[in-house]
Amino acid sequence: MDAGVARLKRILHGVDGVSFSSQEYIHLYTTIFNMCTQKPPHDYSKQLYERYKKTLEDYIKSTVLPSMKEKHGEFLLRELVQRWKNHKVMVRWLSRFFHYLDRYYVSRKLLLPLKELGTTCFHDLIFSELKTTLAAIIIDMVDHERDGQRIDRALVKDVLDIYVEIGRGSMTVYEQDFEEAFCKGTADYYSKKAQTWMLEDSCAEYMFKAEECLQKEKERVAHYLHSTTEPKLLLETLSELISKRAEQILNKENSGCRVLLLDGKTEDLSRMYRLFSKMDGGLSQVSQIFKEHINEEGMSLIKHVTDAANSRKTERKEVAGSQEQDFVRKAIELHQKHLTYITNCFQNQTAFHKALKEAFELFCNKDVAGCSSAESLAAFCDNILRKGGSEKLSDEAVEETLDKVVNILTYISDKDLFVEFHRKKLGKRLLFDRSANNDHELSLLSKLKQYFGGQFTSKMEGMLTDIATARERQTKFEAYMDPWPESCPRVDLSVTVLTTGFWPSYKTFNINLPTEMIKCVELYKNFYNENQKHRKLNWIYSMGSCNIIARFEARPVELIVTTYQAALLLLFNEADRLSYSDIVTQLNLPDDDAVRLLHSLSCAKYKILDKEPSNRTISPSDMFQFNDKFTDKMRRIKVPLPPTDEKKKVIEDVNKDRRFSIDASIVRIMKSRKVMSHQQLVTECVEQLSRMFKPDIKIIKRRIEDLISREYLERDLETANTYRYLA
Amino acid sequence: MIDPEGIETLCSHLDVPHTDVRILMLAWKMGCEKQGYFTLDEWRTGMKALRADSISKLKKAFPELTQEVTRPTNFQDFYQFAFRYCLTEDKKKCIEIPVACELLNLVLGLQFRPQVEKLINYLKYQNEYKVINMDQWMGFLRFCNEINFPSLDNYDEDQAWPLILDNFVEWLRANKN
Repeated sequence: MDAGVARLKRILHGVDGVSFSSQEYIHLYTTIFNMCTQKPPHDYSKQLYERYKKTLEDYIKSTVLPSMKEKHGEFLLRELVQRWKNHKVMVRWLSRFFHYLDRYYVSRKLLLPLKELGTTCFHDLIFSELKTTLAAIIIDMVDHERDGQRIDRALVKDVLDIYVEIGRGSMTVYEQDFEEAFCKGTADYYSKKAQTWMLEDSCAEYMFKAEECLQKEKERVAHYLHSTTEPKLLLETLSELISKRAEQILNKENSGCRVLLLDGKTEDLSRMYRLFSKMDGGLSQVSQIFKEHINEEGMSLIKHVTDAANSRKTERKEVAGSQEQDFVRKAIELHQKHLTYITNCFQNQTAFHKALKEAFELFCNKDVAGCSSAESLAAFCDNILRKGGSEKLSDEAVEETLDKVVNILTYISDKDLFVEFHRKKLGKRLLFDRSANNDHELSLLSKLKQYFGGQFTSKMEGMLTDIATARERQTKFEAYMDPWPESCPRVDLSVTVLTTGFWPSYKTFNINLPTEMIKCVELYKNFYNENQKHRKLNWIYSMGSCNIIARFEARPVELIVTTYQAALLLLFNEADRLSYSDIVTQLNLPDDDAVRLLHSLSCAKYKILDKEPSNRTISPSDMFQFNDKFTDKMRRIKVPLPPTDEKKKVIEDVNKDRRFSIDASIVRIMKSRKVMSHQQLVTECVEQLSRMFKPDIKIIKRRIEDLISREYLERDLETANTYRYLA
Repeated sequence: MIDPEGIETLCSHLDVPHTDVRILMLAWKMGCEKQGYFTLDEWRTGMKALRADSISKLKKAFPELTQEVTRPTNFQDFYQFAFRYCLTEDKKKCIEIPVACELLNLVLGLQFRPQVEKLINYLKYQNEYKVINMDQWMGFLRFCNEINFPSLDNYDEDQAWPLILDNFVEWLRANKN
């Protein structure tokens, strides 16, 4: 048998032929067989087993180990591969010889089968000695490859295969003896790289390199590492390159996330998304910066617009002028820009949508140059929807813009304020025929209805219906007027009947109309009462307009004025000169309005009346005369009457409505719940009203107290901070 | 019926100023309905309860009466009574600020001097409210009883305190210096 072993050794060393002949094989096998099957004490099974083991161990210790210890680096690896091959051959032959042991002795004594025993020997003697060295060599090679050098990939693969084989089915050897050290080595490698790159590279460049590294590591696994290493390896790489330096990367000066957003670097942003989505909590960091950035942009926009408005020094600073509309336009652009980022770069993730929403909610509710954003938005809409607005857009562009307006509106908490401003402006547009396109008006209303519900838009829809009805009725009225041409010889009257409640309340006073107008008004009253017997008409002359022809010395000019202005001018048909008090008495005017009217006709752009003295202020001692000498190159001019500031009134009205809404909401809630704690009541109330506006907590408290004194509610005597509903 | 003049006379006999809180306590004990007038029934009820049938006995009953009123179980009732007693007309539900200040001083002044002083100052200073209603009145008592003064550290405006007290606390905190 020793001869057999010696023979085997020679084969391994390539000396004595390739393998055993079958004769020799059988001979050895039988010998062993005989030795095992003899009756004790001649049963040599145990010794044979031991012998087997010892043979292997001796060989390894005497030949394999020393030769390996001589070698270094890659040579060591090659040696290992070679020796392992040899070892496998040896084990194979020996276990064939000793096979009989496997069949009976091993299973009876519950020992390691021969092949496994062979592997264990190799492992215990070689591996345990050299594992650190081996691992270090491999790591070194891999690092070289990372640096761009070419290495013998096949060799590494072979070595790693050995690890796996030695593990005999479990990956423990691979993992413990190699993988752990490898991952740590990777971490070290990338940690150093990250440090250098952070200093030298911009955020975009760094991310590009990081993504490349991740890709390469992935390929590496495919080429020569075991597939189970992939997730761990990628995690380590990601951790060193991205996770640990996330904040640094994102906030890198002059190139970090904010800069990318500003400069529209969609590719880099997409990369950022890809990289950070792999990291725990990475995206929330990015979305946080996203939100902050948008907010900063919004706030700076507000500041610009406010500064510009202040520097313009117009008297009417409180009314939403072009700056505030500029704000709306730019806010819309800002929104669009970042929405595109979310769709293109951030894969429509909800976290980013949320960030966008929160950022906009933050700055859209701040005042811009003294106007609330609700007012600015309404002014913006007015500009788009009226004739002669500064925005000349195609139909599609108008629709798109209105869509975006509604988007912005979702961020504004005082939606009811917007509605009220919009309604007022709509009224003006409709009554003075300044609406550019009825379809667009309807379209905006239906968008608002869709987003915010019918209560938002019902009044305004009523207004549009009124106008449509009025047109029909006007046709009928003209037919009615036809047979009596002498009744209204020189005045064409058109009337719009408004349903109270839909329209804003308009201040009006009963001016003394000239006789021509009175006749027409009477005629209309008769016409209307024929069809609607039980309705009362309330005449709002303050919102009327009039075209009158003024015959000046040079030539006649058609003047487009308000009804009041017309009534004033017609006084001069009867008299050449009139004093202020004459005018006031004859027309039955309040002083404020008299001043405004006279100013518009004698001190503004078009001086239809001459004033004595000819300064720019109206005083009760002034005298007025028709200005014969007036002329203009246009045949038809509009003499505007500057509107009174309605902003305060709108805000007052809205506040009043809010008090009612809050009362109603509180009563509704208490009626259904009967008993409720203070905080709960407040929270629910805010929730219920949030669609329209954000109620002030103090005002809610005030309303609750008011309801207590009106005996809708009472304080619960036993439980503190609780209210009861009083039926 | 004893009218205001009569009450004044009574007070001088009792050696007690007629604006003294003890007269108010007496009114409470009697269950008086109208300020400044004692009806015969009310008088009888009161005297019986105090076990007094002469001026001197009445005078002697005062210390005990004071004690009785300031017992926590009775005090809330007395405090509430004081407010109602000051409502001059049937349908009125509020008393004017100056009257409220006087009343606070009278009724809470002894027990809660620092709070009352500050509160009176505030009521005179603010102009959001011109009158005080019962709900607010009761709130004042709760405030004095429950809230640490002058630290105010356990006051929470998210609770159901009347708004006037929220404003009061805000004013106090702002004017700490």
